[in-house]
Amino acid sequence: MSRNCVFVYSEQFLQYKFHDDHPFNQLRVKLTYDLLRTLGALDDRHIVTPRMATDDELALIHDRSYIEAVKAAGRGGLSEAAALNYGLGTEDTPVFPNMHEASALLVGSTLTAVDAVLSGAAEHALNLGGGLHHGFRGKASGFCVYNDSAVAIQYIREKYGLRVLYVDTDAHHGDGVQWAFYDDPNVCTFSIHETGRYLFPGTGNVNERGHGAGYGYSFNIPLDAFTEDESWLYAYTTALREIADFFRPDVIVTQNGVDAHYYDPLTHLSVTMKTYRIIPKLAHQIAHEYCNGRWIAVGGGGYDIWRVVPRAWALLWLEMTGQADVSGPLPDDWRQRWQPLSPVTLPLEWDDPDNLYPPIPRKAEISEKNAQTVEKALYFIRSQRRAGT
Amino acid sequence: MLVEQVMKTPVVTLRATNTIAEALQLLRHHRIRHLPVVDDEGHLLGLVTDRDLRDASPSIFHLHEHLDDLQKPVSTMMKTDVVVGHPLDFVEEAAALFYEHRIGCLPIVNNGKLVGIITQTDLLRTFIELTGVHQPGSQIEVKVPNEAGMLGKAATIIGGRHINIASVLLYPDRDPNYKILVFRVQTMNPIPLIRDLQNAGYRVLWPNLPGVTS
Repeated sequence: MSRNCVFVYSEQFLQYKFHDDHPFNQLRVKLTYDLLRTLGALDDRHIVTPRMATDDELALIHDRSYIEAVKAAGRGGLSEAAALNYGLGTEDTPVFPNMHEASALLVGSTLTAVDAVLSGAAEHALNLGGGLHHGFRGKASGFCVYNDSAVAIQYIREKYGLRVLYVDTDAHHGDGVQWAFYDDPNVCTFSIHETGRYLFPGTGNVNERGHGAGYGYSFNIPLDAFTEDESWLYAYTTALREIADFFRPDVIVTQNGVDAHYYDPLTHLSVTMKTYRIIPKLAHQIAHEYCNGRWIAVGGGGYDIWRVVPRAWALLWLEMTGQADVSGPLPDDWRQRWQPLSPVTLPLEWDDPDNLYPPIPRKAEISEKNAQTVEKALYFIRSQRRAGT
Repeated sequence: MLVEQVMKTPVVTLRATNTIAEALQLLRHHRIRHLPVVDDEGHLLGLVTDRDLRDASPSIFHLHEHLDDLQKPVSTMMKTDVVVGHPLDFVEEAAALFYEHRIGCLPIVNNGKLVGIITQTDLLRTFIELTGVHQPGSQIEVKVPNEAGMLGKAATIIGGRHINIASVLLYPDRDPNYKILVFRVQTMNPIPLIRDLQNAGYRVLWPNLPGVTS
């Protein structure tokens, strides 16, 4: 087991809750926590209780007027029309009691993870409560109120002065983080996601490369619907290796949305647990090759909270702590504890069966198109490298 | 949408007495491909494009020959039969001019004076923005019978979910008995809406990948 990894956790994460039928449900963090506890892979010495982010910290990214609006909305003191101007009270981000406190805690948790790693207390840190990458400067969007990752990256820039590589493997484009650092050459953002042709938020095109001094420091790989493991992993490993080699970061922040899975109701990428083993494995290697191990991982999307998220996020922690050699059946205790609450049958094993879904037509064409997209995304890096050698 | 809302101003221009060498330098400096030529009052006299200038330049195999040609004024080679647009034209009309005349740019003229310019690139960006993709949203396509009232019925269902529509596009299906309605809706979770549309008997394509989704 690795000498020191931190798992930021609090039951208070569950307070970030829009309503009972909303797809964003932080119960998934508790399900993951309980799976890891049951497995014996997580104990008290790993766990750090998060703090709340201060208003000044939130203001590293967010407008003060927006922070005040969120506070007022959470106390029932904001009119419907005023709320809508801030993206609050929509189908995606309805107003809920104390929404400021619940949202600021998620940001504070990611800052707790950052401080654990950058103070030198830990090598890696995980905050599954974070990863709310759609939050904008002055607007809630896509289930996200405050953008913990963007605040954390700006916090790293101001407090530690390090160059940050942000890697976003959520099935949705990491728009909020990208736009926050679009003109900053010290923050390199890389998002791999399902094409915005149909899927929210619609951005994340391959030609979004940054602006001004930050031109060439935003990378996007929009993959076709029905991509599947093989083509997804080709794109991810090829691009992350080349981007890391180009940017040579001091610290890596990974957003680990796990909504690209076949079972996820909101997306169509059709990957399996195979992908969720490789994502943290490569991120871990990159952290050691370039960043002296400095790696902060956060959660993100994930809307099949029973069959997908606990396994995928547990594998992330197991990889981080050098315990990823699990396979076969999931702990029986865990399944028995949660099955009565789950509307679907919980999976029996860590890995998905080979016949999880029927074969998808046009696989060869989809893979070929994705490979072309990777080529376009890396065009400038590759031409610079050719010119330099 | 009107041309005056999307045209570029101010316009980088030439005078008839500017040399070909000056015109080339201006193109490179501003990274553009079209230079209108105007008089002192701003009346449009002609147009010089990067292609015209290349035709007037020595070949790369004879870079140092006939250099005096580059000192000739642009009035000797500019096009004078220029297709122009008006600030109050609809963007769709301007787009049609590009197709009809196979042109790369459209100088916009008001009272005989040059007031702006639109290039193919500007037009494409405008059409992309008209589809609403620059705002966060999901796109769903609904296949409906080619009959009156279908758009209204589908839009009513979306309104019932309190979901804002960013843009709507309507195009014919390959089967002439059907049309495809494309909605860009401001939500990350279109699932409940898709269920409503399906319950109302509509065919929803999300995503629409022929051979895979149908």
